[in-house]
Amino acid sequence: MNWLVKTLGSSIGKKLLMALTGLSFCGFLAGHLAGNLFIYGGRDAFNAYAEHLQSLRPLLTLAEAGLVLFALIHVMTGLLLFYQNWTARPDRYAVNKTAGGRTIGSATMPYTGVILLLFIIFHLFHFTFVDKTNQTIFDIVLISFQNPLYVTLYIVVMLIAAIHVSHGFWSAFQTVGLNHPKYMPLIQGLSLAFSIVVAAGFGFIPVYMSLMA
Amino acid sequence: MTKTINITLKIWRQKTAQDKGGFETCHASGISTDMSFLEMLDVVNEQLTLDGKEPVSFDSDCREGICGQCGAVVNGRPHGPEKATTLCQLHMRHFKDGDVLAIEPFRAKAFKVVRDLIVDRSPLDKLIQAGGYVSTNTGGAPDANSVPIPKDIADKAMDAAACIGCGACVAACPNAAAMLFVSAKISHLALLPQGKPEAAKRAMSMVCTMDELGFGNCTNERECEAECPKEISIVNIARMNREFFKSAFFSAVM
Repeated sequence: MNWLVKTLGSSIGKKLLMALTGLSFCGFLAGHLAGNLFIYGGRDAFNAYAEHLQSLRPLLTLAEAGLVLFALIHVMTGLLLFYQNWTARPDRYAVNKTAGGRTIGSATMPYTGVILLLFIIFHLFHFTFVDKTNQTIFDIVLISFQNPLYVTLYIVVMLIAAIHVSHGFWSAFQTVGLNHPKYMPLIQGLSLAFSIVVAAGFGFIPVYMSLMA
Repeated sequence: MTKTINITLKIWRQKTAQDKGGFETCHASGISTDMSFLEMLDVVNEQLTLDGKEPVSFDSDCREGICGQCGAVVNGRPHGPEKATTLCQLHMRHFKDGDVLAIEPFRAKAFKVVRDLIVDRSPLDKLIQAGGYVSTNTGGAPDANSVPIPKDIADKAMDAAACIGCGACVAACPNAAAMLFVSAKISHLALLPQGKPEAAKRAMSMVCTMDELGFGNCTNERECEAECPKEISIVNIARMNREFFKSAFFSAVM
């Protein structure tokens, strides 16, 4: 298995790890957003969705373990890449100018990534690891988003997530070698569309909930 | 009609690889806009010599944009602000009277500054030695067209082979990665029947050597293809990745 360690430890191997775990998170985001849409069905619909999800427990535990493992790989590899790429140019340029290749997304990946990591930890303690014996998840969300601070925080972080995804999505296809003259423009368009869906889809929920209250 | 301009240069001066180095200001006066950037530097150097100062060291050879020897970073852009242009083919008509230009060497851990604007790009040679070639038995020259190659494949190989190895991709990359260079070499040879027998060995060896030489990792910033004087596309990087995965997962190459 020495060859596997060598392959995944190489520059392209680390890219592959980032791409595969990142694309999985895009899938997770799509699933998470689809589930969240039940909130527009009202208290009962959303709580029923949450209960149904919990009833899939053995499968859910497996999915959660997978997400944690993927997150560890994505974050550790990302931080390693950030360090290695920083040290690959010990003397920086006095003048930095882009030729038009970089985007806001590509230029800020490590920073948006770290913000997202911190947000996910906060988000888990905010909505997942809370006592739900006396109140349902719908009420917890509803009460939270009466605080304009939380509304602002969630909207800002969702914009940051969209920026991260706008580069990550198409970049993952390029990394695994899927760059085709016919499909690349489509993939890049999808990347932009998906990031807009992430920003608008997740970002509108706090607004809606604060208006509901 | 020939016009002359006066510009101010902030040039990186560094005596040796160990020297700390720093920017020095010189004035380039009465520069014809028909001059190339390197001819402008020649004029500056003549004046420096007349003034009893050390002229600025910079690399150049063919001065017609095909050898890959020249290159410096002008106002943050490797080979200057023009698209698909080497520094020797950049003309002073693209600058205005009174412009201030910062001129720096290509910067990367793998490219040590030798003196002023000259950097040691021998790591690119080491990459070629790691597999950027085909092994052929010597003998009589084979007949032309004895190995048929479809035109579109030949075109793709030629596009990759247009790489002149100047190192601007490394200089432009925010991560100082050499992926565009390596991918151009791997693509050029992997597309052609003559390069296929060694493709798996080449991909593994060149990628591992690239990592050992201290180049950074690619994060698909696309600055390399935007700066490449030969407009090599990152499609080649995707092909290199496929060649690397084929080598790692589906070949016997360890």
